Amino acid sequence: MREILIDAVTQAVRDLCIDANTRLPEDHLSALRRALDEEESPLGREVIERLLENAEVAREECIAFCQDTGYAVFFVEVGTEVRFVRGEIAEAIDEGVRRGYEDGYLRKSIVRSPVERTNTGDNTPAIVYYDLVPGDGLKITMLVKGAGCDNMSALKMLTPAEGVPAMKRFVVETIEKAGPNASPPLTVGVGIGGPFEKAAQLAKKALTRTSGEPNPDPELAQLERDLLEEINATGIGPAGYGGKVTALAVHVESFPTHIAAFPVAVNLDCHSHRTSSVEL
Amino acid sequence: MSGTIYVARDAAHARMAEAIENGDPLPFDPEGQVVYFTGPAPARPGHPLGPAGPTTSSRMDPYSPLLIERGLRGMIGKGMRSEEVRDAMREHGCVYFGAVEGTAALLARRVKEAEIIAYEDLDAEAVRRLVVEDFPVVVINDLYGGDLYLEGRERWRRAQ
Repeated sequence: MREILIDAVTQAVRDLCIDANTRLPEDHLSALRRALDEEESPLGREVIERLLENAEVAREECIAFCQDTGYAVFFVEVGTEVRFVRGEIAEAIDEGVRRGYEDGYLRKSIVRSPVERTNTGDNTPAIVYYDLVPGDGLKITMLVKGAGCDNMSALKMLTPAEGVPAMKRFVVETIEKAGPNASPPLTVGVGIGGPFEKAAQLAKKALTRTSGEPNPDPELAQLERDLLEEINATGIGPAGYGGKVTALAVHVESFPTHIAAFPVAVNLDCHSHRTSSVEL
Repeated sequence: MSGTIYVARDAAHARMAEAIENGDPLPFDPEGQVVYFTGPAPARPGHPLGPAGPTTSSRMDPYSPLLIERGLRGMIGKGMRSEEVRDAMREHGCVYFGAVEGTAALLARRVKEAEIIAYEDLDAEAVRRLVVEDFPVVVINDLYGGDLYLEGRERWRRAQ
């Protein structure tokens, strides 16, 4: 068994919160620069230039590049040979969020319940998904998820007969309906398969993939390319002001499903695409 | 845009609507003013305001006509507005501006002064008075039925 001191987890999570909110990942910046080359709409180009400039200012001043510093979502891969010492991992992650959001001057955006709506004051609880994996490693990936784009996400239980064409239609319709509200250019996470909740979770996890890296399955990779082309034909464009670039990347994740089912979930991420990862 | 604007988002709008219903005074007189839909992040020392980009305006749709009827002249946000809001804008003379969402760090640089004037307990959602200079906005909905979102999308749509 490998022992990991719980304080190391807290510290790593604190740093992830600040890093993810103040520094756009290099792969995402490259995607924005490529979008600037492709975009022909003058207003669309100006929007992308502003986004790149904004990312620079945020990095220099160590401030959040978007005021909506979101839900703190974590995907944690825990090796089965890891034992945490002097505390529990769930509490350590919440404590890391508490410190990161305070020390990083990040907005606390979580309310206690959808009904009662009092702010929890420290952006906890974190949203954490654990995967047990072989070995003695620990990998924590953070996704900062703003509400504007999360609100425009959708899930549909298709039938096998409706199949792939209906799935593609649903993805494009979701983006058409979101229009400017989800803050394009988007990163689009699509989850297909599993039961109901699995599709949603896959769609979210798909957002943590390196921007534009294709799915290893050639059929799914083709689906990603087709979807990207269709989405960019909508004309919505940067900030919804019209243009050629509505999405920077489409990531499809798939899981086995039932003989009677074809669930599809679409999780949209705005151009403030914030993800950061650490291995302990 | 340069001058004084007021910040309010979801919870502040809900309270203003309640104040109107109860006949209580509003945090500011909407007559001739501009409201900016945002909830800033905390400011680092030396900054008047933390990062503050626009939030999705449609969540304010149920409340905006109440302010527009009372003379509000402009709104800054992002995303589409409802037909009711657009009708009220045309009837009473109010323009909807878009600021580029996700440029919160840049936009905060154009804010010269900021103070909370009401609902301090709402923290990020409190009502603030800002003085801005060269604050970059574009007109989304004008007084004549123009709509940049619809026109932009139509202009750049490609047949599939």
